[in-house]
Amino acid sequence: MKKNLIKNIKAKKIITGALALVLGASMLGACGKSDAANGENGAQKLKANGKVYRTLDEIKKSGTINIGVFSDKNPFGYVDENGDYQGYDVYLANRIGKDLGVEINYVSTEAANRVEYLESGKVDIVLANFTVTDERAQKVDFALPYMNVALGVVSHKDKVIKDIEKVSSDEQVIVISGTTAETFLEKNYPDIKLQKFDTYAAAKTSFENGTGIAWANDNTEVIAFAKENEGYEVGIPSLGSQDTIAPAVSKGNESLLKWLNDELVTLGKEKFFHADYEKTLIDTYGADYEDTLVVEQGDNK
Amino acid sequence: MGFEVLLKGSNMLRLLEGLSTALNISLISVAISLVLGIILGILMAMHNRVVLFFSKIYLEIVRIMPQMVLLFIVYFGSTKVIGINLSAETASIIVFSFWGAAEMSDLVRGALKSIPTIQYESSAALSLSSFMTYRYIIMPQVVRMLIPLSINLITRMIKTTSLVMMIGIVEVLKVGQQIIEANRTASPNAAFWVFLVIFLLYFAACWPISLLSRFLEKKWKV
Repeated sequence: MKKNLIKNIKAKKIITGALALVLGASMLGACGKSDAANGENGAQKLKANGKVYRTLDEIKKSGTINIGVFSDKNPFGYVDENGDYQGYDVYLANRIGKDLGVEINYVSTEAANRVEYLESGKVDIVLANFTVTDERAQKVDFALPYMNVALGVVSHKDKVIKDIEKVSSDEQVIVISGTTAETFLEKNYPDIKLQKFDTYAAAKTSFENGTGIAWANDNTEVIAFAKENEGYEVGIPSLGSQDTIAPAVSKGNESLLKWLNDELVTLGKEKFFHADYEKTLIDTYGADYEDTLVVEQGDNK
Repeated sequence: MGFEVLLKGSNMLRLLEGLSTALNISLISVAISLVLGIILGILMAMHNRVVLFFSKIYLEIVRIMPQMVLLFIVYFGSTKVIGINLSAETASIIVFSFWGAAEMSDLVRGALKSIPTIQYESSAALSLSSFMTYRYIIMPQVVRMLIPLSINLITRMIKTTSLVMMIGIVEVLKVGQQIIEANRTASPNAAFWVFLVIFLLYFAACWPISLLSRFLEKKWKV
């Protein structure tokens, strides 16, 4: 009986201790909460006519702009060890906030919910490595582009593939399933044998072990791969149709879209995105690809 | 090594904040789910056809719909369709309570049903009132049966909160991904350590609940 009692007391002590730990963590959250609370203040009031977005004037008046960025896509949008947003997209976002004269409330977005955020007006601008496609353009409005993406092909240094036509029929090219590289090669080069992998890691291991002669993927990915790993070279830095990355706003938000386009032209004149590249992307992609990847408005006019 | 990324800047604090965000959402949802689930479960055990019909539809919706779809519907859909602008936290509490209450009600219903009719009849024969029957005969058994089952549900709810990253809430797993990605080139092995710490944090959050359940089970052992 007594033994049981002592055991009970012991169990109680352990539970109390553990609960205290959990509660302590909850308390800590009180400071983390303020972040979310800020988001609430910046959130838009909905209009009766069904318009979900906020116009330029409404954003300026509220003093806060909600910008959707990636929080785990280094080097485009990520959070550093102090909890601050950083990266190529964020560099632009910071400038937008400064030029609008408003505070920025960063919203962490995922690839799968970027369109939803704009359709519901929960963010004003998405700056999350957002590739312009026809399908997306039906749902959101894209501003002028600020970066190029295309496919790229990386191969082993001792046998660099410089022309995709030169791949012979007994050689295989590695792709990741579901990527644009897969669709593009299947459609335009049906004779090339493809080796498909579900994940980046599997494709990488296989390529490193020499099962494929080359690896086709987004050019940013292959360039970064060749830079990080010895013995590989990007023989074809840009293949197929050039796609662009651009800021996006809710469908129909004319005032904000016009302001953004004017802003991008102004920034182009001062070579803003070259400065952005040198600040955020150069470590990953190197100086050689600066002009391939960066788009400045007013450059080509 | 990779371990050092956890000590950089405020990374460790950010992980703890992420955990508390996850716990805030899940514990509020758990509390709501338990209350609503118990009420609904008792209603369902009463054999009212209308109640049974609607609760069946409700349970099926919860069973069929992935929680992620529910999150998207409640968070984005409510704004697009009816123009209510819910905060991400509110939306996730609604979704997790909606899901938790359904599962809890089913557990309560099952536990109530498992008490054989003869016990009701025997207590009636002993001239106990129906309140006394529930208070002294049925409830003590039902509660005992429910403890391990609801503990399972609660810990599952805590772990499932990682889905809220899809509506922009930065909780512990998302912070982990952010830390790993921010140090992708500098320390490629950080993933192991970050996930190890996240594992320990989840463990620290869920273990006391299991302990509590074991304690209660022992305490109420017949």
